[in-house]
Amino acid sequence: MVKEIERAGIPVVHIATVIPISKTVGANRIIPAVAIPHPLGDPKLAKAKQKEIRKVLVEKALDALQTPIDTQTVFE
Amino acid sequence: MAKYKIVHYLNQFFGQIGGEEEANIAPKVEDGSIGPGNAFNNALGDKAEIVKTIICGDSYFNENKDEVQAAIKEKLNEINPDMVIAGPAFNAGRYGMACGGVAEVAYELGITVVSGIYPENPGYDMYKQYAYFVETSDSAAGMRSALPNMADLVKTYIEKEGELGLPEEEGYLPRGIRKNIFADQRGSKRAVEMLVAKLKDKDFKSEYPMPNFDRVDPVDPLENVKDAKIALVTSGGIVPKGNPDHIESSSASKYGKYSIDEIYEMTPETHETAHGGYDPVYANEDPNCVLPVDVLRDMENDGKIGKLHDYYYSTVGNGTSVANAKAYAQEIAQELQEDGVQAVILTST
Repeated sequence: MVKEIERAGIPVVHIATVIPISKTVGANRIIPAVAIPHPLGDPKLAKAKQKEIRKVLVEKALDALQTPIDTQTVFE
Repeated sequence: MAKYKIVHYLNQFFGQIGGEEEANIAPKVEDGSIGPGNAFNNALGDKAEIVKTIICGDSYFNENKDEVQAAIKEKLNEINPDMVIAGPAFNAGRYGMACGGVAEVAYELGITVVSGIYPENPGYDMYKQYAYFVETSDSAAGMRSALPNMADLVKTYIEKEGELGLPEEEGYLPRGIRKNIFADQRGSKRAVEMLVAKLKDKDFKSEYPMPNFDRVDPVDPLENVKDAKIALVTSGGIVPKGNPDHIESSSASKYGKYSIDEIYEMTPETHETAHGGYDPVYANEDPNCVLPVDVLRDMENDGKIGKLHDYYYSTVGNGTSVANAKAYAQEIAQELQEDGVQAVILTST
């Protein structure tokens, strides 16, 4: 899906946990997520803390969308 | 000839421990065969026997790959089998990656691996050189043919003492490796014959199929995210409570487009996940952990992004065929363009 959206000319950032799969499906901008069932949160933590983690990930994603790249890039 | 000693790798489901709620279990070893392993033992007769079964949760494997691979390596060293059978994994992405990851470790130890997989499973492309992957259907409904096909390959491998023929002769998927063989005709003659056949529009078979690198070059970045309209898309199956479009929990035949205009955060009362390929407890408790609407709304209010698009798109990326996913995304991309969306955040589970 990432590939087809990017093919249409829209920059996409993929937030995903299993990075090798993200690379195989052809995502160019990749943000490693927390875990498979909760990519943008960690149920072990309090709600407010979870939202902070989520905010950091989304900020990384927005930075990635503004970063020029030549090839598949994982933004750690 | 002594009976071949086989170790079988299974996920938590086929290892009969449980469903998605058990996808987080660490690897463990059981004596003998379990589930599909029993059928393998019957089919293999006096040639080979599954002596141990290694079981690991699909999420656990993929989230802790290095640790699990090291543990499995140690266990294989202890058991010292003649062969490993992994799966079959069908089109289950995490399971396919796990079977491939097991194959990689076994390969390093010089142990042959037979597995079963649907060719679109990312585990095949990533790990094809480490195992003999038998082609299976996309779902476990194909177990009845997958098991005998895999058992046949194991038997042939034993009979031929490891000297298997070409993939299409023996019934396994190409491994992308080259082997020296003696041909009847020299290369120049074979090449000219191929060319003549091509010119005559006749069938011919390349001896070196070109790899299919379907890559899209990165699009130019956003100049300023503060002015941009951003849309959310997910393969994590987040839908309005009750799943109004009845998006299937696996092999989804559709995607949904849902309004988030006036929605400031996802709540368990308004949204849930339709995805059947991961433990839904967390996403149902707090759908924002798959679709970060809450954070993006805050950013919109703070002027950090221009606008969060009024709609989000969702499907279930669980066993969904590449062709379907491609078609959904093409339609979605066209609508997003028409709506003036400048960038997409796509989340996957």
